[in-house]
Amino acid sequence: MPDPKDFLASRDSDARKTPVRVAFVTRRTSPAVRTRYEDTVMTYPEVFFRVIVAVQLLAAFLVGLALLWDAPLEQLADPMHTPNPAKAPWYFLGLQELLHYFPPVVAGVLIPTLVVIALIVIPYFNINVQAEGVWLRDRARRLRLFAVVVAALAVFLAVFDVWVALAPTLLVAAFMLYAAFVDPASKAGFRRWLVRKPLAFWIMTWFLAVAVTLTAVGTLFRGPGWSWVWLWRG
Amino acid sequence: MAKKLTSYVDRVQQSRVWRSIFRGGPGFSNLRRALFVQQNVFLHLFSVKARKRVLDFGVTWYLGALTFGCFLILVITGILLMLVYHPSVPQAYNDMKDLQFVVSSGVFLRNLHRWAAHAMVFLVFAHMFRVFYRGAYRPPREFNWVIGVVLLLITLFLSYTGYLLPWDQLAFWAITVGSNIVSAMPFFGSRIRFLMLGGHTVNANALLRFYVLHCMVLPLTAIFFIAIHFWRIRKDGGLYPGDLEDTVEEEGPHA
Repeated sequence: MPDPKDFLASRDSDARKTPVRVAFVTRRTSPAVRTRYEDTVMTYPEVFFRVIVAVQLLAAFLVGLALLWDAPLEQLADPMHTPNPAKAPWYFLGLQELLHYFPPVVAGVLIPTLVVIALIVIPYFNINVQAEGVWLRDRARRLRLFAVVVAALAVFLAVFDVWVALAPTLLVAAFMLYAAFVDPASKAGFRRWLVRKPLAFWIMTWFLAVAVTLTAVGTLFRGPGWSWVWLWRG
Repeated sequence: MAKKLTSYVDRVQQSRVWRSIFRGGPGFSNLRRALFVQQNVFLHLFSVKARKRVLDFGVTWYLGALTFGCFLILVITGILLMLVYHPSVPQAYNDMKDLQFVVSSGVFLRNLHRWAAHAMVFLVFAHMFRVFYRGAYRPPREFNWVIGVVLLLITLFLSYTGYLLPWDQLAFWAITVGSNIVSAMPFFGSRIRFLMLGGHTVNANALLRFYVLHCMVLPLTAIFFIAIHFWRIRKDGGLYPGDLEDTVEEEGPHA
């Protein structure tokens, strides 16, 4: 009697999915499937319908806003009368707040340019693509590096009196430090989530925290001569 | 009644005129639905199918779609505003007053344009952070992320150039502050500022330049990049499905 063949031949029974697909499964191995069948829907109408509903809701919201609040309109532009403070649109007030501390070439040119470059290069660094938890390997050395960077940043910001950027920096650093001492096998959802966060996450979160704080301070807490005013006392 | 309507729609769709315009035939099979998207010059930017899971609200929060919705609202209200606006000093400001007191629903129109503009800036930022935190910038989607950064900058320029157009104190001094920052650029800062404003201060030339940028150059540039941005979603394998361990993305180019 000849040796039994080293494989079995079979056919997928679902003819709608795989009309003719023959699988050869050799003995002593198991059939492993790398890709998973994803449930898909037709773009028309499923996706378009949802998008149209979402945009309609947004439009309704904006129409409500436009009916309730009027866009500001001040006096005719007068180059002779500078309002105090003269403020840029809200999304530039973070930059204007920085101008208060640093020379224009730093706050107005260098920092925005660096931010744009940093945003563009994010996907081209493998460290961001692999996105390993920053504390999962080589922890002691990384902790030392982290301490040096945070200390340098804190001293720099303190020297220039940029307390509004220092506060969110320290807050994010505190969370990062906390994450460093979390047991990676921790059961608690938040801690597990935190310890797996890669470096890119922390840098972006730091950027977001600083940007939001600066913009909020520039918008709400700055009065004549760019002095600090409390929103609720204005 | 409903049956009658359906048969009427069917008849229209089967007519020679309809088919000559839309190239498709009648019916509601999945093939028809696929062709509806694939055979349409605008819709073919999108893929014919989408992963069901990615359509859950919690995945993308629909921020990209909402940003585009804002853009559409801004184009429509913007065109209507152009019908009553003169980019000259001081007529521009008088037109604002006319919108308030003369033009029917003028205030509403300007309000809607302004709030939609603020909303778009906010949504563009929110969209960017959402994409980042989902890790959706990863290959093969890295170039679409770069196009997204370009669109963020275009949005900011659009909003900034529009800020001057009412020609009130708020507009004038906000642009003055912004253009002073430009002149801080080393070597050629003041030249760029001169080019931008058409003079050494914010004046009537600056208003005209900002008007042309705001109503022509930047919207057209935005549309160009939005088209690529949408098309790349399809080319890069649809919306990012997330990093579930058991999901391995298919390799190779997508249809």
